[in-house]
Amino acid sequence: MSGAKEIRTKISSIKNTQKITKAMEMVAASKMRKAQDRMQATRPYAGKIRNVISHLAHAHPEYHHPFLGERASKRVGLIIISTDRGLCGGLNINLFKKAITNMQQWNADGIEIDLTLIGAKSTAFFKRLGGNVVATATHLGDAPSINELIGTIKVMLDAYEDGRIDRVYLAYNEFVNTMTQRPLLEQLIPIHGHEEKELETHWDYIYEPDSKPVMDALMTRYIESLVYQGVVDNLACEQSARMVAMKSATDNAGELIDELQLAYNKARQAAITQEISEIVGGAAAV
Amino acid sequence: MAMTMHVDIVSAEKAIFSGTATMLFAPAEMGEVGIAPRHAPLLTWLKPGEVRVLTQEGEERSYFVSGGILEVQPHVVTVLADTAVRARDLDEAAALEAIARAEHMLADKQADIDYAKAQVELAQSAAQLRTIQKLREKAKR
Repeated sequence: MSGAKEIRTKISSIKNTQKITKAMEMVAASKMRKAQDRMQATRPYAGKIRNVISHLAHAHPEYHHPFLGERASKRVGLIIISTDRGLCGGLNINLFKKAITNMQQWNADGIEIDLTLIGAKSTAFFKRLGGNVVATATHLGDAPSINELIGTIKVMLDAYEDGRIDRVYLAYNEFVNTMTQRPLLEQLIPIHGHEEKELETHWDYIYEPDSKPVMDALMTRYIESLVYQGVVDNLACEQSARMVAMKSATDNAGELIDELQLAYNKARQAAITQEISEIVGGAAAV
Repeated sequence: MAMTMHVDIVSAEKAIFSGTATMLFAPAEMGEVGIAPRHAPLLTWLKPGEVRVLTQEGEERSYFVSGGILEVQPHVVTVLADTAVRARDLDEAAALEAIARAEHMLADKQADIDYAKAQVELAQSAAQLRTIQKLREKAKR
């Protein structure tokens, strides 16, 4: 009966694991909904700022903000947003793969890289891999606030303004739907892609006190809101990836239990048959 | 019917207010401003303070902003509110903190190496244990 007993303990331990993964799946599912709402809520701010900036760029062609002009790149900044915790499938690894492919390309072109890391997983990963890390932010929690990101982003913005880096990129996971998360690497600065449409009627704002400081403040906030959006998107990705990963773990545990149950029944039956034949043999001998 | 304008108050983290209003008061850089519909286009800084909105229904709502930017167009008013208290010195301090975190993380290599080492050792001893168990089972038979 020793084989049967071992199998029984194994089954009960897998059942316990299954309970945990099931609970994690449900927690992730409820957090995912909240994260998605938060993701939606951040959309209007960046959109509004974008409108104002694109208007300003047209109304003041003579003032070129440094964030709008291209320049030859010798050194780039890369902001990588990862999760704080694991157990979310290949989410972080896919993102790191994408980032590393780009970094190798830059290295081949002789471009140096400064890294800014958001999330505990990326800090751990790049600590092992090496790389020039200039700033980090970790443990933002389920409801990140923009306060915690301001300093981290400012490090990059200052470096850009001082001419120490010539481009800034942002790598994060884009939330497509619950089943799909797409690793993305976007160029943050210089800002491009603002529509070059002609204004039908020329009008301009009244500025208080002056157009330039308002423009500067807007630019900083725009970049910050893009990074913040990346963080919130990544959070929604994390929860949905975890939900899917935990669901498949629960399913796998169920399959394992079924198989073990079969093996257990066989072992038990074998033991009973053996016992009976022993008794019959014993009775015949008497 | 009184003239109205559309008012949006948004912060980076969420949309705070969106609706029709007849009047809006905001703490601008140069002093408090009152914005009525068909105001000339205006772009200005906001100081920390209270933004008051008179809605179409005659209700007055007030929101606290810790700074931000006010954008006025004849029939659309947008308040881009900051949720954080912003000042050059405070931002600077936050940036320094982020750099310090990175330096601390890099300086903390020792702990990570120890962790990796321990992991390898654990895996090795677990493998040894398994081999010993198997040998014992064989010896029993």
